Amino acid sequence: MKFRLEKRDYRSTRMAVLVPVVSLLVSFILGAIVLLISDANPFQAYAAMLKGAFGSQTKLQYTLVKSIPLLLCGLAVGIAFRLKFWNIGAEGQYVGGVIGITWVMQFWTFLPTTLLLPVGMVVGILFGAMWGGIPGVLKAQWSVDETLTTLMMNYIIIGFAEYLYFNAWKAPRGNMGTVLYPKEAWLPRIWGRVHGGIFFALILVGILWFVLYKTRWGFELNMIGKNKRAAECQGVSIKKNIILAMLLSGAIAGLAGVIDAAAVTHQLTKGVDSGYGFTGIIIAWMSGLNPIISIIVSVIMAAIETGSDALQMTMKLPNAMGAVLQGLILIPLLAGNIFIEYRLLVIKNRKEVTA
Amino acid sequence: MSELTTDETPVVRMVNITKHFPGVLANDQVDLALHRGEVLALLGENGAGKSTLMNMLVGLYQADSGEIFVKGELVDINSPQDSMALGIGMIHQEFMLVGNMSVAENIVLGMKGLPFVPPMAEIREKITELSKRYGLQVYPDKIIQDLSVGEQQRVEILKLLYRGADILILDEPTAVLTPGEARDLNEILKKMLAEGKSAIFITHKMDEVMEFSHTVQVLRRGKSVSVCPTKTIERVQDLANMMVGRDILFSLERGSYNPGATKIEVKDLLALPVGGGKPVLDNISFTVREGEIFGVAGVAGNGQQQLSEALTGLLKVNGGTISLNGKDMTNKTPLQVIKAGVSHIPADRGRMGVVGDMSVGDNLSMKKYRTSELSAHNIIKRGLVRKFADRLIDLFTIKTPNQDTSVKFLSGGNIQKTILAREIDSCGGILVAVYPSRGLDVGATEAVRQNIIKQRDKGCAVVLVSEELEELLMVADKIAVMFEGRIMDIVDAKDAKTEELGMLMAGVERRDI
Repeated sequence: MKFRLEKRDYRSTRMAVLVPVVSLLVSFILGAIVLLISDANPFQAYAAMLKGAFGSQTKLQYTLVKSIPLLLCGLAVGIAFRLKFWNIGAEGQYVGGVIGITWVMQFWTFLPTTLLLPVGMVVGILFGAMWGGIPGVLKAQWSVDETLTTLMMNYIIIGFAEYLYFNAWKAPRGNMGTVLYPKEAWLPRIWGRVHGGIFFALILVGILWFVLYKTRWGFELNMIGKNKRAAECQGVSIKKNIILAMLLSGAIAGLAGVIDAAAVTHQLTKGVDSGYGFTGIIIAWMSGLNPIISIIVSVIMAAIETGSDALQMTMKLPNAMGAVLQGLILIPLLAGNIFIEYRLLVIKNRKEVTA
Repeated sequence: MSELTTDETPVVRMVNITKHFPGVLANDQVDLALHRGEVLALLGENGAGKSTLMNMLVGLYQADSGEIFVKGELVDINSPQDSMALGIGMIHQEFMLVGNMSVAENIVLGMKGLPFVPPMAEIREKITELSKRYGLQVYPDKIIQDLSVGEQQRVEILKLLYRGADILILDEPTAVLTPGEARDLNEILKKMLAEGKSAIFITHKMDEVMEFSHTVQVLRRGKSVSVCPTKTIERVQDLANMMVGRDILFSLERGSYNPGATKIEVKDLLALPVGGGKPVLDNISFTVREGEIFGVAGVAGNGQQQLSEALTGLLKVNGGTISLNGKDMTNKTPLQVIKAGVSHIPADRGRMGVVGDMSVGDNLSMKKYRTSELSAHNIIKRGLVRKFADRLIDLFTIKTPNQDTSVKFLSGGNIQKTILAREIDSCGGILVAVYPSRGLDVGATEAVRQNIIKQRDKGCAVVLVSEELEELLMVADKIAVMFEGRIMDIVDAKDAKTEELGMLMAGVERRDI
């Protein structure tokens, strides 16, 4: 008996839904193997994670708070991915956003306190947009490979952020971190720990869904992503759109940083390179670049993170378990995507049958 | 072709082959027999099931039912490796070569039983020996991307010979070749046949069937409708009728030639290649008027593609002017050119003409989505797009399950009809069509030509780039011949002679003819 893949004559919508769901299950099975190797009962561990992520109001709130920047980062890279522009620099664009808002909060003291938050958000978003826009311009003008530039620019800005919170902008007391933002300029909480950033994220999902699926620009991005040369022949400017999409992608990643800084950390400090930008890549892929589905996926990803923190406390397992699980999701997903356009054939060997 | 004796067992026998795809019966109880030293031409329209049948012979697909015998033995062919082991190899329309590797590397790439460090000297020697034996001029150390399409095809043939194939399947081998290269291919085939090898070749072109093959088998809608020795065919017309099952119009209806005002004016156009060197467009000047089809003839690669790209804003020129619909359009963006009323049927439909992963409806609206016909205030009106697409699908008889099907799942002819529908619908007086009937079957070719003539009769100025003189003589009003980036001459189609055009295409100056 042999197996082989045969191209389908159509795109299977059933598979397009099934593959991410099954991938998630497969990754949990793979995770179970890792847990077994670590001498832990997978059922207990998963139960502990579930409880850690959703077990009480406070825990649910923690999960939601984490899902806000994750969702925004997922949306950010998703826009670039639509163009097949591999922006793996959301992490750096996020840090850019935090640096931007911190600069305003700490040094633009001439502003009335009530204006600090809105102005800080705008500046942070602009920083993120700039950090995304540079690789965009490099790619559009000189075809510089974006995977390298976006990745490397992460390390530049993370290093710069370290310099700021260890040296230049360090608060007088303590050995790292800037001074806390004025309390009046914090982004307010709305339900326990859950803050107003959730509105920004959800409204943005709506706007992006509309822009990507209903407008001419969304149509053009779709054309470029699926066939650049054909889009060009239809009069769509590739250069302009790459730069625009990267500005927007960077701006959204910057917004993620801005919101988390204004609502959660209230300063620029160690841990600003939280990994949200990288997890955003998994979210974008799992949601099939669909902003609405990104909501669900980012909550799942956030739950894995908060759940694995609980794992550390209750079962004494390293919380890196969460990162392992998140990474494991991507493998079956990427492997499984082939079934959307191909089918698996089982070939019985004729000689065996006749024998 | 030489005489053939067919009393021995066929080297390939396919019996009662049936293959279903979702919604399509691709092959319906097809029988096929190929003998030693024979060339079998497999003729049929797009979607008649020729490629499917051959893909089953090389193990890319498996038949739902039926049996395959190779050299008298019942075989199971589950993969190209299996078929190669039986001595069967196929050259696909799109070559399977690695562009930045050498000829020798490509030839042995993926071969089983090769040592970890391949003995390149030995391999080179064997390649040289093979290429001498069959008259396949190929240098083993050249890099694939530096080779012409014809040379690349020779590498593909060598690849099969190197692996010991004695049954070759060629999928429309001449579609990409110049007339000279096609003749060379014929010579190569003859040498291989003399050694007892056999070949099946898939084609749409009647004259090739007559010239190359011993036997012709015609497929129509998945069924084999006729098998006969080529020499018993009296009229090419009969073959065409068998293929489509109805009489084909070989002369097209057209209005009288009454050209109006000048629509396209090109003056002293100069374009240099990116790295510098010989101009790709050299001092090109011509005009095209309303109701006129300006044909551009030439062997592929002599600047026709660049000329069409300069006209549509895709290629920046280094000198000269282009005026379209009375406006200066030199070095404007593709969008500005589109807005000036230019439609474009590009040379490479898969890569330039459509977005394969988007639906037929979306592809049809790719010109008009930015107009008030389909959108308002930057928002696309889905309802209008649906009605618009359905209308065009109807009008141009595009065969598709529905408008939501991805274009890549359509046949070549229907993909071209999709492009044609979009470009003709949005045409603002100028149409640039590049190889519009390339690779299409008789029925689709006829539809394409008829539509182009209709545009001309409606007062459009048409630039038609074609490699087929026959097409240009039939469709165009004027014919310009390009050679090495220059226009050799412009003649009236009605007094043009094939031989004369052929000489110009080969670069012979008019005064020398």
